[in-house]
Amino acid sequence: MAVKQTLKSKSTKKVVPNDASSVTLRNVSKSYGEVWLSDDVLKDVTIEFPAGELTVIVGPSGCGKSTLVNIMAGFETPDSGEVLIDNKPITGPAKDRMVVFQETALIPWQTTYENVVFGPKMRGDKSGQALKDEAEALLVKVGLGEFIHKYPIQLSGGMQRRAELARALINEPTVMIMDEPFRGLDAMSRSLMQEFFLDLFEENKKTNIFVTSEIDEAIFLADNLVVLSNKPTTVQTVMNIKLPRPRDYKMLTTEQAFKYKKKAMELLHDEAMKSFAVLK
Amino acid sequence: MAMGIALRMGIDMSANSSTTNQNGKIIAPQGFDLFVYKTKKYLGQLDPYLTLMGIGLWLFAYWVLCEGLQIWRFDKLPGPVAISKDWFAVDPFQGISIFTQEYYDHIIVSCRRILIAFGIATAFGVPLGLFMGWSRTIRDYIFPIIEVLRPIPILAWVPLSILLLPGFEGPVLFLATLASFFVTTLNAMLGVDSIDEEYFRAAGCLGSSRWDVFKNVVVPGALPFIFTGLQISIGVAWFSLVAAEMVSGDLGLGYLIVDAYMNNVTVPMVIAMITLGFIGYFSSAMVRMLGNKLMAWHVKELSQQGR
Repeated sequence: MAVKQTLKSKSTKKVVPNDASSVTLRNVSKSYGEVWLSDDVLKDVTIEFPAGELTVIVGPSGCGKSTLVNIMAGFETPDSGEVLIDNKPITGPAKDRMVVFQETALIPWQTTYENVVFGPKMRGDKSGQALKDEAEALLVKVGLGEFIHKYPIQLSGGMQRRAELARALINEPTVMIMDEPFRGLDAMSRSLMQEFFLDLFEENKKTNIFVTSEIDEAIFLADNLVVLSNKPTTVQTVMNIKLPRPRDYKMLTTEQAFKYKKKAMELLHDEAMKSFAVLK
Repeated sequence: MAMGIALRMGIDMSANSSTTNQNGKIIAPQGFDLFVYKTKKYLGQLDPYLTLMGIGLWLFAYWVLCEGLQIWRFDKLPGPVAISKDWFAVDPFQGISIFTQEYYDHIIVSCRRILIAFGIATAFGVPLGLFMGWSRTIRDYIFPIIEVLRPIPILAWVPLSILLLPGFEGPVLFLATLASFFVTTLNAMLGVDSIDEEYFRAAGCLGSSRWDVFKNVVVPGALPFIFTGLQISIGVAWFSLVAAEMVSGDLGLGYLIVDAYMNNVTVPMVIAMITLGFIGYFSSAMVRMLGNKLMAWHVKELSQQGR
């Protein structure tokens, strides 16, 4: 609790501007393997991600969520269909879409500070004292002011995720893509990170695409909840989560939240059973 | 052993007498004090005494075999007493000691050759390996050729190198460089392979150019493998240098061994061998130290894992 309060008190100063883009996936399909043995991972996936909203994607494990992330980020190209940012098709990875990876992808041979300034420095669009001040302000904001010159390995799991958020935010993206960012954290750090992340979102209102396999996490965070079906992955249902903002953890125990949870669980359970049966 | 423990207790007490400031906080020792502190801490552990005991036991066994009992066949070898008598004699019986200029001539020649060969192999091998790991095209061009040449034993190159290069120095340097080069190149390439794909993706989405990725991801990410490779490669360089000096040489520790054998003096032979062992150990330790200096993050990572 004490940790959270300090985080909140520090986050009063606004560091990141509010810019958000809409993202559209239109009939995206992707399969792997040779043609005669092709394994369809995504099939005709069409999703609208409204600008400035937090859309959570849930699906059974192994259903192709990471493939979806890779395609939106531009690391992979779809076999058919397209990804549009503000109605313009993407051509590859770019700084308007920042990805926060599973576990962590902080570069281990750079200190926290070096990791954060890496993007702007490489592109050369910010430099010198201005960049230094901004990076430090951002690191203070995510509660890492005293860990600026530590290497990622010296940070705890939760700190690593916050450092990664800072590394993404300094690039002023209009879309944040979070690929199960809190996976591997213990329950306590996880719920602290969720609340911290919500504070950040409610302040900046960037378009957020958040992938997870945890229903509680999904309902707690989401404006829109996209439930994926089992392989080949398609969109099964889109739910609007109309819980009021700002949210806190107590809302998860309200009648309304419980209804959403029940519905999502039933949908997911059916899908999970299908993949379970396939495995057997 | 008992002495080790007694020493440890005694030294521990003195090591604890550190200076404190007025707030009662312990001040970190600096410079020479830090060195003294570290030495005391090291001597306070059991490890140095076990090492000393190991060396003592080994020397004793060697002495028993060669000089004490003079077991069959071992009686032909020079024992530790005979060796140390000659090694530290002002006027050595068999010609080589720490007081003869010749001894240092051989050492200097071999060290210089290693510096040159290891330097060339590193200067070409590391970049080549990095480029091979980084670019599919470069790998397709070069990797199959290297993989065919690499298994050829370095001694098999001797005749060819003598035909190709004039004098004594050329072939010897060529052989040591070649052996070292293969190890370095392969390890640098594997180093790039070992880098997690996520770091490339992270760098890509942060908008790095291909060259930025090379400088900031490929090179530092491959460093742990490169330095492992360099440690092996300097060992391989010594190995092939001595082999080369034995076949085609005019000076150097390898030549000294063969020369002593030909002249039927066994002590200089063993002195040269032990000298090689020590120099090899120090050269490898120097490479390791340089590596640790360049990779502070890696050292922290290892210590985090309790190593």
